Amino acid sequence: MADKYLELVNSGMTKKLAKLLGLPRPPRLRRYGVDTPLLPGPVLVLGTSARAQELSDTMVSWGLDVRRHDAGESKLGGLVLLLDELSHPEQLSALMLATGAALRKLVPGARVVSVSKPALANDEPAIAAVRQGIDGAMRSLGREMRGGATANGIVLAGDTSIVSPSALGALRFFFSGRSAYVDGQFLTVRTEAGELPEDFRAPLAGKVAVVTGAARGIGAEIARTLARDGAKVVLVDMPQAGDALAKVANQVGGTTLQLDVTAKDAGQRIMDHALTRHGSLDLVVHNAGITRDKLLANMDAARWDSVIAVNIASQLRMNEVFLAAKLPGLRVVSLASTSGIAGNRGQTNYAASKGGVIGMVRASAALFAENGGSITAVAPGFIETEMTAKIPLGTRTVARLVLPSLMQGGLPVDVAEAIGFLGSDAAAGLNGQTLRVCGQSLVGA
Amino acid sequence: MADQPVRHAVIIGGNRIPFARSNTAYVNVSNQDMFTAALEGLVARFGLQGQRIGAVSGGAVLKHSKDFNLMRECVLGSSLDAATPAYDVQMACATGMEAIGSLANKIKLGQLDSAIGGGVDTTSDAPIVVSESLRAILLELSRARSTKAKLGALAKIRPAHLAPSAPGTGEPRTGMSMGEHQAITTHAWGITREAQDELALASHKNLAAAYERGFFDDLITAFNGLAKDNNLRADSSMDKLAKLKPAFGKSLGEQATMTAANSTPLTDGASAVLLGSEDYAQENDLPMFANFVDFEAAAVDFVHGSEGLLMAPAYATARLLKRNNLSFEDFDFFEIHEAFAGTVLATLKAWESEEFCREKLGLDGPLGTVDRSKLNVNGSSLAAGHPFAATGGRLIASTAKMLHEKGSGRALISVCAAGGQGVVAILEARK
Repeated sequence: MADKYLELVNSGMTKKLAKLLGLPRPPRLRRYGVDTPLLPGPVLVLGTSARAQELSDTMVSWGLDVRRHDAGESKLGGLVLLLDELSHPEQLSALMLATGAALRKLVPGARVVSVSKPALANDEPAIAAVRQGIDGAMRSLGREMRGGATANGIVLAGDTSIVSPSALGALRFFFSGRSAYVDGQFLTVRTEAGELPEDFRAPLAGKVAVVTGAARGIGAEIARTLARDGAKVVLVDMPQAGDALAKVANQVGGTTLQLDVTAKDAGQRIMDHALTRHGSLDLVVHNAGITRDKLLANMDAARWDSVIAVNIASQLRMNEVFLAAKLPGLRVVSLASTSGIAGNRGQTNYAASKGGVIGMVRASAALFAENGGSITAVAPGFIETEMTAKIPLGTRTVARLVLPSLMQGGLPVDVAEAIGFLGSDAAAGLNGQTLRVCGQSLVGA
Repeated sequence: MADQPVRHAVIIGGNRIPFARSNTAYVNVSNQDMFTAALEGLVARFGLQGQRIGAVSGGAVLKHSKDFNLMRECVLGSSLDAATPAYDVQMACATGMEAIGSLANKIKLGQLDSAIGGGVDTTSDAPIVVSESLRAILLELSRARSTKAKLGALAKIRPAHLAPSAPGTGEPRTGMSMGEHQAITTHAWGITREAQDELALASHKNLAAAYERGFFDDLITAFNGLAKDNNLRADSSMDKLAKLKPAFGKSLGEQATMTAANSTPLTDGASAVLLGSEDYAQENDLPMFANFVDFEAAAVDFVHGSEGLLMAPAYATARLLKRNNLSFEDFDFFEIHEAFAGTVLATLKAWESEEFCREKLGLDGPLGTVDRSKLNVNGSSLAAGHPFAATGGRLIASTAKMLHEKGSGRALISVCAAGGQGVVAILEARK
């Protein structure tokens, strides 16, 4: 399952050889640990924004070394570009060129985060132009970053500001190792909802989280990550996967609930278990999913229907139950896929279900918000799992190396970290969105 | 202590691994592996990681001598607090019943707040014993001091000595297998082949239906690639069963009725049941499936007397009902372990017999008729299989859940055992 190529080109003799031959060298990504620093160096803030000073103060309170102007010769761990006050594409020049000059100072694993406003249909054309232009520029910058550094953006919608809870939440997420495999992506802060955790080391403290499909792969990693972040985890999977499920549960101190998510009463049983055994239900991660790949010309009803039933219909049915129960502050995070965005040969059924998740999440946002909750999705790209290990080696290597900006597949933990963030109270203002965790890939499985 | 009120012993839930026919799915798995797996599934289901449980008690009928501390070794290999005491119990096929019943008593007395009881058995990884004559030679060898004496002992070994004594289910005092014993009882009570096949078929159909409706979702945890009892034949039929040749009682000729289908096969498996006081369950936000009310053991003289080997539960039930001032009408479920279909049917017939109940049980009249619609409603050992010591835990957890689903009522559980013994128990739904 491990990416042996990545190991080879990053260690010892083979590293020298790879350099000599000019082989592509995928970087080791900077991943999160409870005790790792938020950024690997000082952060430089470029540009102006209404509440830039509050932002700087906040970042200082996070223990960061914040530079407001030129950083001189010192190395940088992060770069924040405040672009939300620009009103014409001509104004981009100075900030982008200053950014370019600062790029050389970035250490491996550094982060560039832009702050901008959404380009809307009723904006002045010049304003919409500069805002949409930022989107293109940042995605291109993502492709130019090296050494595992990434470039992502925060979009401030409506009356939100850079110090809105979810803007700060998103900023911390992009800064930290939690976003290691997130590159070239934007998160839009839509409301003032949400709050930052009391203890950044345990952002899910006191929460009860349910993870479906938790026996192995990404689901098991989600369970471990949520538990590490302080949540009590209920692990759900099919009875057939019960032994693997129990192992994960015993690792994370959670409880198992064996059921088929396509069962009519799955939502009710999940809710009953969480409420009676743990006293509340704060987060549901709809992770259970299957693939039944076939070219559409060869597709049969069993393949098509089972994928739809497990990957999307079950989630719709369970969400109805959760909504009807009016659980206060319930957060739902669903697993989409880049296949549902970019399409993937042999996956019409899978892509229909995963595109379906993205649509469901967008359309359910207001419903969950009524009770103070939210619903979001994560769309993984190529993730190294048992499932993707079955892809032929050649295809797998291409998927890892050539297509994503980060030149490697992601790990299950990268998806789990994004889910942990989106499922936390800090992300409440991001309601309705789907975040890609794909290393800025063009396709995905 | 003596003045303390007796508390309720509550069955919180259970877990077992799917049962596997001998030499199939669990062929390379030990008793310790299986019971640890059952324990780990239970820990995961109820979130007991790192908890100190009052006691873990259980056992195995077929046991290697190295497994002298089987339950404790399983606890040490589990996610429970290593400070959880554990001990082995053995009462043939009633091992699980005895273990759990005794734990319930300790909870009632306030000696324990929480407990796990159960059992495990494998006939695939059974101990093999060397022949008695070889054993005598080997012991002599170990006592020998001089080289000459050692060589002398070794020289006595003959090829014939190397044939191992395989474990069996034979009764030491009669030399007859359990099946042959039951064949006598079955014949004596005039139980027909058809009646036995019907019971076997019902067991398979009921077990299949229970799986179908998800009844076992919170009672079983998959193990070693198996998610369901592999003895289950959901597509069985009277026609198929009628084609089988008799396996026991062949000396009865045309009147032999017991086949491989209406007798339980040798099986591997493990089960565990979590019990606690009401306070323990409430403090840990755990469900309360049923109360363990009472249990009773009985034994019959099948060696010198005239009673059938597996008839002891008939006696135990009479005493248990009397002690609790209950009759069959007071029960909603009857779980009678299907060692053989003939065992269940002979027992039912005995309870209906005025003569048997007066003369053997010392009652004024028949104990009564068991409503067949309340009998083994989710299948029993003929379909699930019967890993000897694990059957008690299977029965108690499943029955407790049935009472929990119904929300009221009582259940009688009956398990016969080798040596002419048996244990029966009463469970009661939580109000």
